[in-house]
Formats: sequence, structure tokens, C-alpha cells
Amino acid sequence: MSMRKLAIAAGLVLALGAAALAESPRLGKPISPKDFAAWDINILPDGSNLPPGSGKAADGAKVFGEQCALCHGDKGQGGRAARLIGGPPKASLDGGKTIANYWPYATTLFDFIRRAMPFPAPRSLSDDQVYALVAFLLSENKLIGEGEEMNAQTLPKVRMPNRDNFVVQFPDRI
Amino acid sequence: MSKSKNPIEQVAGNGLLHRRALLGRGIMVAGAMGAGSAGLLTGAAAEPLADAPWSLMPGDVTPPYGRPSSFESKVVRTVDNPKNEPSGSRARTPHHLLRGAITPNGLHFTIMHAGIPDIDPAEHKLLIHGMVKQPLVFDLDSLSRYRMVTRTGFLECGGNSAPLFSNDPIQADVQALHGLASCAQWTGVPLATLLDEAGVDPKAKWIVAEGADAPHLSRSVPLAKVWDDAMVAMYQNGERIQPGQGYPMRLYLPGYEGNMNVKFLRRVQVTDQPGMTFFESKIYSDPLPNGKDTQFYFVQEVKSFISSPSPGVGLKEPGVYEISGIAYSGNGRIDKVMVSADGGKSWGEAALDEPRLPKAFTRFSMAWRWDGGPAVLQSRAWDEGGNSQPSREQFVARRGQTTKPPSVLGFPGHHFNAVTSWGVNAKGEVKHVYA
Repeated sequence: MSMRKLAIAAGLVLALGAAALAESPRLGKPISPKDFAAWDINILPDGSNLPPGSGKAADGAKVFGEQCALCHGDKGQGGRAARLIGGPPKASLDGGKTIANYWPYATTLFDFIRRAMPFPAPRSLSDDQVYALVAFLLSENKLIGEGEEMNAQTLPKVRMPNRDNFVVQFPDRI
Repeated sequence: MSKSKNPIEQVAGNGLLHRRALLGRGIMVAGAMGAGSAGLLTGAAAEPLADAPWSLMPGDVTPPYGRPSSFESKVVRTVDNPKNEPSGSRARTPHHLLRGAITPNGLHFTIMHAGIPDIDPAEHKLLIHGMVKQPLVFDLDSLSRYRMVTRTGFLECGGNSAPLFSNDPIQADVQALHGLASCAQWTGVPLATLLDEAGVDPKAKWIVAEGADAPHLSRSVPLAKVWDDAMVAMYQNGERIQPGQGYPMRLYLPGYEGNMNVKFLRRVQVTDQPGMTFFESKIYSDPLPNGKDTQFYFVQEVKSFISSPSPGVGLKEPGVYEISGIAYSGNGRIDKVMVSADGGKSWGEAALDEPRLPKAFTRFSMAWRWDGGPAVLQSRAWDEGGNSQPSREQFVARRGQTTKPPSVLGFPGHHFNAVTSWGVNAKGEVKHVYA
């Protein structure tokens, strides 16, 4: 392509881009954070957006027995749903990915339990109950001490053993 | 018709014929049957013709929404959780019963993690927030006033073809092995348009997308993909997307693993880091033979498989057949497909249906004269980026395999894109083999 054609093409692209933007109907309705608080449930791995509240393993054991054991097994050994406690030291293609040997971030536990569990009634647990369940699962998997409290400050600091074992397949796409 | 007297050139071993055999008239193929042939595919004369009952009386009422013929009742998806037990459910596309490159909406594969929600479109909202100047809410009405784009593209579950991670070939048909991939025409609003309206912070790098179904399924997507070709899709093959595909709107990320194409899209948070959600932390990540684990694989790499012949779609008698299959790549257009009938010893180039669209199914075909002996059929695809589909041996060296066969419904690994081999025996039966 000649420079002149290139310049024309570039100008056209700019013009179209500006026109597209100007012609957008811009119908998004502004909303304030307090009005989407009920939906604002993503917990990022640095701990951002973790809510107030706290929980310990002893309380979590009780919630687990009532809400989780039916599918995940009374000792978290797995059943109809995934194993949550214990398992092999290393995952393979034969299976065996566990919280202790695989999950890179402990914050994922809070995020996933709160958004998706218990299966028949997601979003029915209080934040304290979720913190307690997370403390229970981390403690049973020997990733924190039995009496350690999980809250917005302590949870992101939990070091998961497999964190640095991941290889990003196509780094240029991120 | 002088050409019809010339044998069609064999382009590769065990009876693979030149593309001309498919492009030309039937008589050319018949001519290829060689010396002594009278130029007919079959020797037996046809029966005399008479009017059938349906030609002698008026037919049925025309329904408001058309359905396939009652004789096509077996052309359905296989569902692995028909009682909607409290777990996931998957429905697989019957590739061996379809032709062309577009999957009908009712046969498009789907995976649900906690059932299909019954969403009232008038109540559905899409929130965009996070690292933006102004959080915004859209609904179906407002989105319908935006300029929509349409593109044809495939969707493939990151776990499609997972049974091929098995150390021994699992005997199952193409639907069971490769049915978690489909192709449709998607129409919607570019997500970039909506993010521009909200005003994205230049420091942002990711979005975390979330669905309105019970699991509130969430996945992280690099912003680069959003600016490239991400779409808030509302139509599939011209009609509103079906509930099993995310009604009334889903994220569509051409070429990226199915799970990231969040259904029932209700929220997009712009962030400076990935959410490390459950599905990207545990599920769509695999142990590697070197002890490491994959992360953020995203792309469904170049792949192909033969849908006919295939297990359950055998050969009745020696003669000329069309080998037909599907090729696709999350990196762009299909550039070339090679087919082998002798387990990879020799290869011939297949004909490709047009149009060859980027990140979409491309149907390939090859004429094959089966002599009644054993054969191993394979296809291997290349995309326009120069990426080639690996042999299973090459793939396993890089990604590993199981030590014992898993369930055909299991997902030992993800992003399997190696060559599939179909073994044909002297009876014309087709089995899944490793070759």
C-alpha cells in the first residue's frame, strides 16, 4: 500500500472510530456502588472486596456438617461432590486436584463458597459462616492453625503450597 | 465426458482419491472404479417407482415453530444428567449425524453447573463496574439500540475430547468424544462499546465476568481479548439465544474455551488482576508431565476430526465414500487439512468448504475408495497462523495421559487437540484406535 493510500485508510479508520463513538446511543444508566452492593461479590486474590466479619474452624465444622457434608462427605472426603479435605500429595491426569495440593489462592475458597454454595441455596450463608467454613477447610487441610481466625486481613495472607507451580500457556495474550 | 474414462488419481495410500473426485459429477467417481465397471456406483437396477401414500393426500398443518421430521428423532444431543441431579449436566452435539458447518440451536452443546435458570428478559440487567469512570447498568431494551455485529464462530468446552487423554483408546462415538464443540452465528453488541461508555481506567488489565445463574459462574478474561473481539451475544443463528446458551445474553469470546463465554451475563467488573475464580484456579488447569500445572490456557488450538465414517457410521460394502469432518482453530482460519487412510504413513489434502471463516468450523472432505481391507483414518489440520494439529504421540509427550482409562464422561485433562484415529476393519466397522 502506498503512503497516500495508507494515510487515507488511517484517516478513514479514525473517522469511522469517532463516528461509531459519537453515534453510540449511550444508554447505560449510572449506578452507585451502594446500589449494586448485593451483586458486588468478586473477591480478588489480593483480598480486595473481602467483607467485614470473621470465622474460626470450630464454627466452620458445624456449618460444614449442616450444609456441606451431604454432598462432600462427613469428613470432606468427597462423595457426590468433590473432596475438600485431604487427598494425594500431588495431582495428576488420573485426578486428585485438591485444595491443599492445587488451589493457588485461599481467597478463591471464600469467593466460590459465597457465590455458589450450598448447591441448593447459593448466597444463603452469612459472611461469618463463609469465613468459618474457609477456616475449617484450611485448618483441616493443615494450611492454617486450628485456632486461627479468618477475616479480610488474614485470609489473603494464607500461603497456598502450589501457588508458584503454574505455567501460563500463552503469556502474550494477557 | 472424456475425463470419466480416466481413473481418478490416487493421492495417498489405501485409496485416498484426488479432490477432483468429489468436485466433479458422480460419473467421474464411478469411472474411478476402474476396468470392467459399467460406470455405475451400484450394479443392481432400481425398483419401479410408484406414488407413496403421502403423495396422495394433503399433509399436516404448518406449525408456528418448525421442527425436524419425526424420522429424525434420533438426531439429538446426548444428555448425561437427564434427571437434573444436583450436579452439572452436559449435552453433546451429534456430529456424526450433521453436515455443513453450522450447528442447529437445539443441538448446540451446553454444560450447566446447576441447571438452566428461567430468566425473565425484562428483569435481566448487565452491570459494568470496577476500574471505570462511571458504573453503568444496561438491559435488553437498551442493548437492542446499539449497533450489533454478527460473526460465525465455534464454541468448544475446554474439556472437549478429554477421553482422548486416556492411555487406552476409549470406545465411544464422535458425539461422546468430540461433542462438546459446536458452531453458530452469533449476534450482539461488542463488549468494548459498553466498556468505552463506562470509561476504562488505563491501568486496568482484566475483566471478571459473572452469570446470573445459581452458581454465579465467574471467569476472568484479559482486557486485550475484550478490545479484540468479545461480544455480548443476544442472538444465535438469527433467533434469541436459547436458555441453555445463556438467555437472554452471554459473553462470546471467539476461539476461547467455552467456560469463559459466561452465560446469563449479568456483571462485568474491570480489574487490574485476574479473579482467580474456581474455574480458572482448579478446573481448567491441568497437571503437566514435568510436574508443573497449566494456567490461563484460554485458546482452543487448531483441531480436526472425521465425523463420517466414524464409530457407528460404518461402511456397507467396498466402494467410493466421502470422508467428511470438521476443522477449526481458536487462532484463525483453517488453512489446510490432510487426511490419511493408512494411519499416517501417507497423506492427501482434503477439500475445504467455503466460506473458511476465522475461529469457525470448516467442513473438509476427501474421496476414498475403500477396498474392503483394514484402514486407519486420520485428519490433521493447519491454521493460517501456521499452527498444526499435533499427532497424539506429540501431544502426549507435552501434556501427558492417564495411567488407567477414565470414564468416557470424565475430564482428566483439557484442551486436547491431537489427531483422532478411526480404525476400519474388513466388515466396515469403525473403532476408536491410537495409531
